[in-house]
Amino acid sequence: MTKKTYLAAINEALRQEMTRDESVILIGEDVAGGQASSGGPGKVGGVFGVTSGLYDEFGAERVIDTPISESAIIGTANGAALTGLRPVAEIMFVDFIGVCMDQVYNQAAKFRYMFGGKAKTPWVLRSMIGAGLRAGAQHSQTLHPVFTMIPGLKVVMPTNAYDAKGLMIQAIRDDDPVVFLESKLLYQTEEDVPDEAYAIPFGEAEYVREGDDVTVVAVGPAMLHAKAAAERLASEGIDCEIIDPRTTSPLDEQTILESIERTGRLVVVDESPPRCSLAADIAATVADKGFKSLRAPVKTVTCPHTPVPFAPTLEDAFLPNASRIVDAVKHVKAYV
Amino acid sequence: MTLQKTELLTAYRLMKTIREFEERLHVEIATGAIPGFTHLYSGQEAIAVGVCMHLADDDYIVSTHRGHGHCIAKGCDVIGMMKEIYGRADGLCKGKGGSMHIADFDKGMLGANAIVGGGPPIATGAAIATKLDGNGKVTASFGGDGSSNQGTVFEAMNLAVVLKLPTLFVYEDNGYGEHTGTSYAVGSDDIAGRCAGFGMRAEKVDGADFFAVYDMAGDLFDQLRRGEGPAALECAITRFYGHYEGDPQKYRAKDEVATFRETMDCLRNFRKRVTDEGWLTDAELDAVDTEVMALIDDAVEQSKAAPPPDVSEVLTDVYVTY
Ligand SMILES: Cc1ncc(C[n+]2csc(CCOP(=O)(O)OP(=O)(O)O)c2C)c(N)n1
Ligand SMILES: [Mg+2]
Repeated sequence: MTKKTYLAAINEALRQEMTRDESVILIGEDVAGGQASSGGPGKVGGVFGVTSGLYDEFGAERVIDTPISESAIIGTANGAALTGLRPVAEIMFVDFIGVCMDQVYNQAAKFRYMFGGKAKTPWVLRSMIGAGLRAGAQHSQTLHPVFTMIPGLKVVMPTNAYDAKGLMIQAIRDDDPVVFLESKLLYQTEEDVPDEAYAIPFGEAEYVREGDDVTVVAVGPAMLHAKAAAERLASEGIDCEIIDPRTTSPLDEQTILESIERTGRLVVVDESPPRCSLAADIAATVADKGFKSLRAPVKTVTCPHTPVPFAPTLEDAFLPNASRIVDAVKHVKAYV
Repeated sequence: MTLQKTELLTAYRLMKTIREFEERLHVEIATGAIPGFTHLYSGQEAIAVGVCMHLADDDYIVSTHRGHGHCIAKGCDVIGMMKEIYGRADGLCKGKGGSMHIADFDKGMLGANAIVGGGPPIATGAAIATKLDGNGKVTASFGGDGSSNQGTVFEAMNLAVVLKLPTLFVYEDNGYGEHTGTSYAVGSDDIAGRCAGFGMRAEKVDGADFFAVYDMAGDLFDQLRRGEGPAALECAITRFYGHYEGDPQKYRAKDEVATFRETMDCLRNFRKRVTDEGWLTDAELDAVDTEVMALIDDAVEQSKAAPPPDVSEVLTDVYVTY
């Protein structure tokens, strides 16, 4: 067991699965980098280095750089997956998904069902999500609700290095198309991560923190703020239970409902606009299936219903943060 | 060459403004003063200026993530641009867009674009509008070598041919799409040839030669204005910096940029040509340099001092807020 970053943990998962299973290939823009350059290929390994070193180890046949052609990337992953490979395709920033959405939601997501259970599409679509880097409206979205609402896709949002590795390994071994959303702001966070391969099953939420006063459910990059808020609240005598669903599809409703049975109070934190967000979805699920447990209205902490602004002052105001979570928790705690 | 002396000075001033704008950003970004991702246009100035010198405010352009040069060449306010890049309240887009999203509709600048291949279909639409107006106006669609591989770009080019639209598809082949060489990603290694395959006239020029770009673009715009349908212009060029500021550029040989700065510098080429021909003097060009440096200093100084947008701006310019 050694400390590894979230980024290194994903890299290790890819390396171990590519070593174990020859059918695993990587495909995307600059996943190797440097093809036909004066410095030579393999020098980049993804814009943040998630796939670094894999070209040197597995070569151009299995670490495939593509032109800027997202529809072809996902379409190719579809065809390869249907015919026996396990592609891990990269759409660099999730914002670029619009270019290739047909191959995701009309093709991959539907094959198994529409073809009467005959088809398997074992691909992973890796992409980066989240604001906070001052990257502007077209490089900062999360978009996980868009994928989560599509039947046939599995959606994974790791919030720490340990989960990132285990969930990536599960994603690669899984026979359904899996959208794996990496939080840019978490890449450099570190944790103890076992050196050997391990898989974390989908649909199993994790207790990040146990507490009896208020349940806080947070997904993806919002987890950073939820943890910070819980620390602050603990010093004021309010004990939060933090739940990380880890996968938004399938969603572990049971764990959330069990927690609310104890706390009776729920705050959901989600870095996405409020309407049709995961926060709204979880709030609705709890209103439906956990109504008797609730002792206060459910509060959600989300972004406003706007694109992501550029200026730091605006982006900071746009994002959920610890203070807003603290306020929401206090609000539901005070409700009688 | 049909340019008058004042036009030559304008061309030089625009190219020099772009160069110094970018060189200064390179320095300021390294200090951490500027937020976000910035893609510099240094080295490619002759293309934006050689194309946009043919356009008036009511002709249109669409641009890319590497858009500062296109904006300046199309007449966007340099100080407003700098403020936008600094994320200031009185930036060209109120600080809400940033480097990759500068637009100025009064200048026919329909937006930089952070989605590769996002612009060309929009250019097609602008060209329909001018065609319906029958006003003889044209649209230039800027894109890189990498963008030429995007399906959206193919669709836009074909539609422009089908509808005989007055659109010039400009491809700036700077050798790389991000960190991948053009000759790897463009299968035929011939962007213009591919454009011709759609049924439009397509030409290639040296992008470091302002006069080559200017003359060929002029010829192609004449064709557009005669209603003969779209055309394409492929320009061979390099970029003097990384893909984005902060790019360690391990995929480039050590001396690559240094060599290109010697051999492919459009400003140096321009100065040599106009002084050799006796069209302009070094003193006249130096005077422009001094003016431009003062403008850039002023832009940076004003941007640093300008206030950021008020947080209430998060909720404006959107049809509904929750
Ligand atoms: C749809 C989409 N895919 C990928 C990217 C990431 N990206 C930004 S710029 C770029 C390279 C563009 O290359 P080129 O068109 O040659 O323009 P250059 O950067 O060389 O000016 C890439 C891949 C993006 N912004 N949008
Ligand atoms: Mg390029």
